[in-house]
Amino acid sequence: MDKQKRGVRTAATIAMLIIGAAFITPFLWMISASFKPEIDVFNYPIEWIPKHWNLYGNYREVWFGEHPFGTYYWNTIKVSALTTVVSVLVSSMAAYGFAHVDFKGRNVMFLVVLMTFMVPSYSIIVPQFLLFRWLHLFDSHLGLIVIGSFSALGTFMLRQFFLGIHRDYLEAAKLDGAGHARIFLQITLPLVKPALATYGILRFIWTWNDYANPLIFLRSDRLSTIQLGIQKFASESGVYYSLIMAGTVSAILPLIVIFVIGQKQVIEGIAMGGVKG
Amino acid sequence: MNNTILKTARSKPTPRVRSAARRRETLSGYIFIGPMFLGLLILTIIPTLLTFILSFSDWSFISGVDKLKFTGFKNFSRLFDDDVFLTSLKNNLWLLLVVPIQLIISLVLAVIIDRLVYWKGLFKIIFFMPYISSIVAVSICFQLLFQPSYGPINQFLRSLGVSSPPTWLADIRYALPSVMIIMVWVGIGFCLIVYMAALQSIPKDLYESADIDGAGAWTRFSRITLPLVSPTTFFLLVTGFISSFKAFDIIKVLTEGKPAYSTSVVTYYLYTTAFENLKTGYASSMALILFGFVLLITLFQLYGQKKWVNY
Repeated sequence: MDKQKRGVRTAATIAMLIIGAAFITPFLWMISASFKPEIDVFNYPIEWIPKHWNLYGNYREVWFGEHPFGTYYWNTIKVSALTTVVSVLVSSMAAYGFAHVDFKGRNVMFLVVLMTFMVPSYSIIVPQFLLFRWLHLFDSHLGLIVIGSFSALGTFMLRQFFLGIHRDYLEAAKLDGAGHARIFLQITLPLVKPALATYGILRFIWTWNDYANPLIFLRSDRLSTIQLGIQKFASESGVYYSLIMAGTVSAILPLIVIFVIGQKQVIEGIAMGGVKG
Repeated sequence: MNNTILKTARSKPTPRVRSAARRRETLSGYIFIGPMFLGLLILTIIPTLLTFILSFSDWSFISGVDKLKFTGFKNFSRLFDDDVFLTSLKNNLWLLLVVPIQLIISLVLAVIIDRLVYWKGLFKIIFFMPYISSIVAVSICFQLLFQPSYGPINQFLRSLGVSSPPTWLADIRYALPSVMIIMVWVGIGFCLIVYMAALQSIPKDLYESADIDGAGAWTRFSRITLPLVSPTTFFLLVTGFISSFKAFDIIKVLTEGKPAYSTSVVTYYLYTTAFENLKTGYASSMALILFGFVLLITLFQLYGQKKWVNY
């Protein structure tokens, strides 16, 4: 019986490995194409491991050629990191406020925040654009950070965790004379650290992958993020597919690394609330 | 800061002191919630109201506020004579089909991974890869894979003996299904992770007692697994529907609505109307309709949760 079970498991694992490999073929093809000289890209049968290599040439052209990939990268890192920091800070403050401060109008305000969650971002993109031009936030990284930092999602997610902290902790701190600022910073924040990490990583990934906001709220090429950059690069490089693939690999790679390092947080975060960008 | 007040409030609960403590508490509440609330007010609430107002106007933002003209429901009546808009809306409805397909595939995969295989973690990562990757990079890659004459997909089909394989994104009949295939592929990982979490919360002894009763694999799946993950299915269905209405990046990068608007969606048409044709008022009326659809799905969720889900 046990032997039979192990046999089934092994067979299922092998079958799933094949399905899984088929599932990620687009990535494998992308990577392999980025290593090849241009004329070999569409060779058939597909040369998964290139016969001729042009790895160095392709990536050098992408990174140090006409398109400033270094700048795109730096812009994206800057915007993603700052958005993450601001968003985690603002969201966790609001989450603490809704969970543990007892003030007038709390329920009404919470309902309002809840309602903003239902508004699809594309429904308000036109007035946002007008507002940003008026506030001089258009075509600036500050504007992009602002637009990514205020989302009700983080507040909800983190509020659940703040609510999970036992009230006795807080009561004890209050008896010791601690105010809300101190309770928030010294007691609750350390306790919800895993949740902050989860939300932070997700926010970073979403900002890194964001395409629509940079498209609408940026104009200057020197401010472009990587998503905007590779799209421009792809439409301007026309038929240099090996280069385009080197560009897309460059855009995805950092996230894959972050995902593999922080997979526990990412997967838990997704599974927990089934949250979605 | 307010610790002394709280302390005195506790030791001497006279009404005046208590109300001072209350005020302190309310003040700190506003301080904690203030930044988020202010941000949402400026970035979401006010723009929502503006969308509502602008959708009844005929206006282009480059011509200055004094040129703004209110035209009542004219935008909306125009919308329903606008073939591009109607096509886009119809395409959005087709895209809803992506969600159930995604759910079926990911539930099957989740059950297999959860019960039958070694290295669960590895499989989670594999199937989650497309979701973590940027849709821009994925779209650019698929443009090449679907390339009609020398793209790998058609070369493969030809080697199997298909003499004239479809031209995928270039063909008016195949373009939307091609987009849907990519959307299914991208979204499976998300559903899979959520389903796996749901499967883990099903008590193991339910399956054990089913084993004792001699239930087969199908019975166990249809009588235990399926009903017990139904809240998850419902949740994924609703969030999937909502996010399929928000599909924009993939269309913008992959097809730009081509060929002949066969892949245009409401968000994409809204974008071109607002930022390429600069018709602010008309675009806002589309935005309002989009909002209406998302609201409708949300209401359906609130209503359906009680009716459809078997716990």
